[in-house]
Amino acid sequence: MITILYLPAVDAFGLIAPRLRVPPAGVLPGLPTGRGAVTAPLDVAGDVAGSQPGALLDGVSSKSIEGRSLGQIAWIRFKRDKFAFASIFVILLLILFTILAPVLNKWIGVDPTTNDINNLNIDTGIGLPIGHFGGINGSHPLGVEPRNGRDIFARIDVGARYSLIVALASTVLSVVLGTFFGAIAGFFGGPVDTFISRFMDILLAFPQIIFAIAIASVIEGSKSGGGLWTHIILLIAIIGFFSSPYFGRIIRGQVLSLREKEFVDAARGIGASPGRIMFRELLPNMYGPILVYSTLIIPVNILFEAALSFLGVGIPPPNPSWGSMLSDATGSGLYQIDPWFAVWPGLFIFITVMAFNLLGDGLRDALDPRSNR
Amino acid sequence: MSETEKPAGDGERLARLRRPATAARKAAAPPPPVEAPAPTPRPTGTTTMPPVGGDNVLLAVNGLQKHFPVTQGIFFRRQIGAVKAVDGLTFSVNKGETLGVVGETGCGKSTMGRLLTRLLEPTGGQILYNGHDITHASTHQLRPLRREIQMIFQDPFSSLNPRHTVGSIVGAPLKIQNIDSPENRRRNVQELMELVGLNPEHYNRYPHEFSGGQRQRIGIARALALRPSMIVADEPVSALDVSIQAQVVNLLSDLQKEFGLTYVFIAHDLSVIRHISNRVAVMYLGKIVEMASDTDLYEHPLHPYTHALLSAVPIPDPEREQKRDRILLKGDVPSPLNPPPACRFHTRCWKAQEICRQTEPPLLEISPGHQVACHFPEEKDLVG
Ligand SMILES: Nc1ncnc2c1ncn2[C@@H]1O[C@H](COP(=O)(O)OP(=O)(O)OP(=O)(O)O)[C@@H](O)[C@H]1O
Ligand code: SF4
Ligand SMILES: [Mg+2]
Repeated sequence: MITILYLPAVDAFGLIAPRLRVPPAGVLPGLPTGRGAVTAPLDVAGDVAGSQPGALLDGVSSKSIEGRSLGQIAWIRFKRDKFAFASIFVILLLILFTILAPVLNKWIGVDPTTNDINNLNIDTGIGLPIGHFGGINGSHPLGVEPRNGRDIFARIDVGARYSLIVALASTVLSVVLGTFFGAIAGFFGGPVDTFISRFMDILLAFPQIIFAIAIASVIEGSKSGGGLWTHIILLIAIIGFFSSPYFGRIIRGQVLSLREKEFVDAARGIGASPGRIMFRELLPNMYGPILVYSTLIIPVNILFEAALSFLGVGIPPPNPSWGSMLSDATGSGLYQIDPWFAVWPGLFIFITVMAFNLLGDGLRDALDPRSNR
Repeated sequence: MSETEKPAGDGERLARLRRPATAARKAAAPPPPVEAPAPTPRPTGTTTMPPVGGDNVLLAVNGLQKHFPVTQGIFFRRQIGAVKAVDGLTFSVNKGETLGVVGETGCGKSTMGRLLTRLLEPTGGQILYNGHDITHASTHQLRPLRREIQMIFQDPFSSLNPRHTVGSIVGAPLKIQNIDSPENRRRNVQELMELVGLNPEHYNRYPHEFSGGQRQRIGIARALALRPSMIVADEPVSALDVSIQAQVVNLLSDLQKEFGLTYVFIAHDLSVIRHISNRVAVMYLGKIVEMASDTDLYEHPLHPYTHALLSAVPIPDPEREQKRDRILLKGDVPSPLNPPPACRFHTRCWKAQEICRQTEPPLLEISPGHQVACHFPEEKDLVG
């Protein structure tokens, strides 16, 4: 369990590359589809390299794989996917950008919530930014908002913090919930499985956005009124909860197929407890899919958060978030006069979602090459 | 590490590695019987044989059944039928002997093996191990039994966890059963690896780095780790290259001599078990159709199904191979979901008569130690 909690959280703070370069033995390789990643010819009389799993080795010359672990082979494959490889750097840059936000803002001398009408052309009536490209100049690298004159760069980098925190934390939550319930359903089967599976179906069929709006407005109206962090925790809980069934189904399927493997019988045959079978035998075989699908769920959650903020139930103003920036731009119709207002948050959402998707696809191809053939 | 280069000197290595404890056990165990041990005679005409209660019997099985329910429905599962994978087996296994079990694919051999090792719960019947009824033993009660009965699995690829090293796979039984201290484990595991002909230096390697034959040796080392009395080997060589099968079978028979093991050795053709079995049971659709000593079965086979299986065993002499009758069975094994009534073999039997479709032939003892379930048993010389 600790490892699952750990992976995305750690990666979020920039350790993806080193972890992938030296994968802990046995953590990364091969997804258990069919017979597992190992489909070498049944008996290869020859050296060790000859009996490496066939699928993972496609295109990797047999000389170069000698003495390599499955993780190293997966890394070789991953590196050949240029887009996925580049996405790591994009994500790293983004995370660095987020962490350094306060420093950057101080250095440039901008602040996400300060209204600066000096940069606005009051004569227009609406208050459009002075200058081209939404008011880009020396003190405002990405220009300013129309009407308020708040610095867009500062709002983007601080907004990135909230967007990423919500997306990553809700992904962790959905991974934990999904793995737990999916594994229980798959492992115990029978009525337990029926109950959990139907519950997951109901969650998936649920109008999530409407539910989220309802909850958020209840909090809004409560005594505490809902500070920034109340909203963030609520967002994490709602998004994590509703995206967990996607995960749960995948894990359930994995457990169902792994459970039939003879090594599970072998473990029972030596007296292993169900707990040991779950955590020592099955879970290590699921690190691959868990890693891949959590990477693929991150962008979905970023969009979910953006959607909620866009609808006004996300990060409360005046705190910035990418979704609420888009909402400000489109809601007021200002983007028609000043398109740059909408372009910046949209671009950042696009790049981030794209990068995580490419990373997830690359990981999946590297770990389970047969999945897309 | 080439599998084919391995010298045949397994016995020598075993002798070197013999430990006092195992030597003592070996001395205590009776030597494997040379001739087929004759089970207690029973009056002809009875359909079930009570489990033999002799001193020499290690495992006795009586009317053993396993029916897998077939269900339908999303919310409320209704049972709409049952796969009768094992449907009434009665036999016993003596200490130190090898009982071979043969039959085509899907006739319930693996299910029987999993019942004997109690990985599955029988639907009916009784299993006695050393006189103790283990038919419905709980998980807790089974724990000590795990040290006694171990299993070697059919598929060398799915039987080893791809995420565990050889060291942790072979060491797992020791760890789970609290046999040794962690400090000694590495040494114990490496000894086991050497015992089965693996290089102990490969302790930290993963299963994918080994060939099929080597993987099967890993499975054998794991089964041996607890020093069991009995091993159920489920087609241990079927997935292996023919050139390697013999090596693994030889290893198993060396280990049997070394540790006085009792084997239930499952195979899907008679050629593999010919040399290792003392007695052979032929299974068809969840039932035993013929059971006899090794020589009896090969030289005086009585059941038509046995004849068919035997005719598939290659004879080394090409001249006789040319001349002999070939019996080719038509069709596949019928579904165990809906097995043919009366004699289950009648749909494929060339001798089938009306009575075969009406009355089930009981498993009768025709001569001492030779049982057959057929209305028209007939000797046929197929192997010579
Ligand atoms: N868990 C299960 N649920 C339902 N049916 C099962 C189950 N396990 C086995 N069966 C069925 O029981 C029958 C016997 O299967 P079993 O695996 O024992 O055959 P086998 O003789 O070992 O065949 P093989 O030589 O292919 O290993 C088959 O028809 C199989 O489909
Ligand atoms: S009982 Fe009849 S059908 Fe069955 S094996 Fe004997 S001869 Fe064939
Ligand atoms: Mg089988």
